[in-house]
Amino acid sequence: MTLYVEKKQLVAPGEILAEGDYVSGENTHREGEKIYSSRVGVVEIIGDRLGVIPLKGCYVPHVGDLVVGRIVDIGMSGWIVDIGAPYPALLPASETFGHRMPRSRMDLTRIFDVGDLVVSKVLAFDRTRDPLISNRGQGLGKVTSGRIIELSPTKVPRLIGKKGSMISLLKRETGVNITVGQNGTILVSSKSPDSENVAIQAIGMIEREAHTRGLTDRIQAMLRTKMRGEHIESARSTY
Amino acid sequence: MNRQEVPIELISTDGLRIDGRRLDESRPIKMEVGVLDKADGSAYVEQGKNRILIAVYGPREAHPKHMALPHRASLRCRYHMAPFSTPERKSPAPSRREQELSKVIREALEPAVLSEYYPRTTIDMFIEVLQSDGGTRCAGITGASLALSDAGIPMRGLVAASAVGKIAGRIALDLSDAEDKQGEADMPVAIMPKSDVVTLLQMDGNLTYEEFERGFELAVRTCHEIHEQQKTVLKERYLAIKEEVEEKSEPRKEEE
Amino acid sequence: MSSTPHLPPVAAIAQKTVTDMLALGRRMDDRGLHEFREMKLEVGLIERACGSALINLGKTKVMVGVKVEEGQPFPDTPGEGVLTVNAELVPLASPLFEPGPPNENAIELARVVDRGIRESKAIDLKALCIEQGKKVFIVFIDIYVLDHDGNLIDASSIASLAALLNAKMNDYEIENGQVVYKSTLRPLPIRDHPVAITLAKIGKSLIIDPSLGEEQVMNARLTITSNKDGRICAMQKGGTGTLTVEEVRQGVTVALSRAPEIRSRILGAVGM
Repeated sequence: MTLYVEKKQLVAPGEILAEGDYVSGENTHREGEKIYSSRVGVVEIIGDRLGVIPLKGCYVPHVGDLVVGRIVDIGMSGWIVDIGAPYPALLPASETFGHRMPRSRMDLTRIFDVGDLVVSKVLAFDRTRDPLISNRGQGLGKVTSGRIIELSPTKVPRLIGKKGSMISLLKRETGVNITVGQNGTILVSSKSPDSENVAIQAIGMIEREAHTRGLTDRIQAMLRTKMRGEHIESARSTY
Repeated sequence: MNRQEVPIELISTDGLRIDGRRLDESRPIKMEVGVLDKADGSAYVEQGKNRILIAVYGPREAHPKHMALPHRASLRCRYHMAPFSTPERKSPAPSRREQELSKVIREALEPAVLSEYYPRTTIDMFIEVLQSDGGTRCAGITGASLALSDAGIPMRGLVAASAVGKIAGRIALDLSDAEDKQGEADMPVAIMPKSDVVTLLQMDGNLTYEEFERGFELAVRTCHEIHEQQKTVLKERYLAIKEEVEEKSEPRKEEE
Repeated sequence: MSSTPHLPPVAAIAQKTVTDMLALGRRMDDRGLHEFREMKLEVGLIERACGSALINLGKTKVMVGVKVEEGQPFPDTPGEGVLTVNAELVPLASPLFEPGPPNENAIELARVVDRGIRESKAIDLKALCIEQGKKVFIVFIDIYVLDHDGNLIDASSIASLAALLNAKMNDYEIENGQVVYKSTLRPLPIRDHPVAITLAKIGKSLIIDPSLGEEQVMNARLTITSNKDGRICAMQKGGTGTLTVEEVRQGVTVALSRAPEIRSRILGAVGM
């Protein structure tokens, strides 16, 4: 058993991580006795399990994910939604909360039209079929206001932070409502466009520096400066 | 604009080539990744006068749907030369050479991509030659590996490519356009250095077995050197950001 | 045959955000209504071309190559050189571009840039005649879009002019009816500097240099190309929406007022 890398080391595809009785975790592949990285990313070692946290990549849906998507087409009994995955998602009419079963395509258009943004949950996905999503549930449904930012989906865990620490920090300091889609589509909404701007800037900074240490402190410092500097009235909790 | 073709001395009495290189010397390569905004992954390669831009889009929905493969992503590759890339203006319409190169380049990258991760999708590679001076398919393959990695597409390993040839009876590394036109053989090679497997091999010209063996060994060795540079370039950007921000602040507690 | 394009739908709230902000006189990237994005212009990057330029306009990147070659004149202009402009919207530049011959967008782009150069008589085509009726120089301008983030027309027009000014051709003499090239180089016979400025109409606002996000929600666009004397030499309205008469007047006024500073940026980049 030989380990060739250490935790948090930056690796490229094809670089050897270990040899022997290790478990080949996410974004690694095994060839014979050797385990290699499959992507550009940062090494993660949990016990004897080796993984690589990728720095960039497309969104792969997981059941239970919250996603922010865009209606791109209307089908016979539901809508086709672009959730930024390599597969289009299907939102059946039966998975829309609080509506009687629509009888026609016109009915469907009245509920959600092409171009509308929706917040949904992934109900089902495996690579042989396109993902199925649902709007049944608290906080799901059509988006009526706010701004959208796209983030690489690989950075979403960092945006959320350990036990939600980073996203709570952002919400607290800016007073902005932030809906984080696991697919990297983030919705920010506030009465103050300036606060929205600060939140968007912070998200951009998190994306760029996701793989570095001390990020939470730097974000906190940046938010405090920006929110104070712009004399913004926002719903901040006082300390 | 002078187009009088005068036969040139490919190797001088000092054993140097037209551009002053030794026989076993490759033109230095400059590589960059993440140069385009819209593409999912991108790279730019400069080697001698070659200037090549590569973009990767994908994995994305396959259009038309019947082109999709049930158990893996399909790869598409377009190798194309800009009209101003060659000494005489080239028509923008794809030539038969460009179509052949599109195919062999795709086949050079296929073994490297873990395409089973994304069935029924397509991964598109676009290679645009902005200026050419011999060896563009190799530089294109080297750049396409970078662009695929930059896009976050899972790969078995990187592919690096280099060409050897024969000029004035001697084996030479990385022929320029003038050397290729007047030389006796040209042999581009691409390998996946991680497992030393060949993914592209072509030859046109006239070589003995010994000449082939010598040239092949030289090309493979050069591919390994290019591979080291590829890995550095892919990690560089992130290391630079890490250094830039971590230097400024003292990490107070261990972050996830 | 041209059909209404099938474009990926833009979110209704995105459209509303852009329009709402514009009503307050603000744009998504904090620019003024009549402000260009940051521009970087480099020339001479492609040695194989007679002239070349690469423009970064915001995130839009366009490369233009100029080549000068011998050819035959058109029958109706036997004493003039030939100008030909081609544009390629290569798929690497955007998920919206597909491989294939130039589509109507690429053709329109090329022709609008062409019109500006041709109508302003920027190139002295008579000076490119080698032998009346038989041999002339053909100037090829090849526009290569590398990264599409909006306003390809202005970016291409600026880079095309820069590439023309950067271009060099061999000096030559006619000896016994044959063209004999000398080793010295000279610039192309350029005598005007046309600049295209495009405005997009969104809601009731006219904005300069639309980014891709703005183009996706605009009603219409208007391009005005003017020469160094402030004369209009080309115009093009684009998009399926409309412009009022007053908006057209306003657009022309704004374009004519902004052209001189763009022109001096181009001249600065080529060292003039």
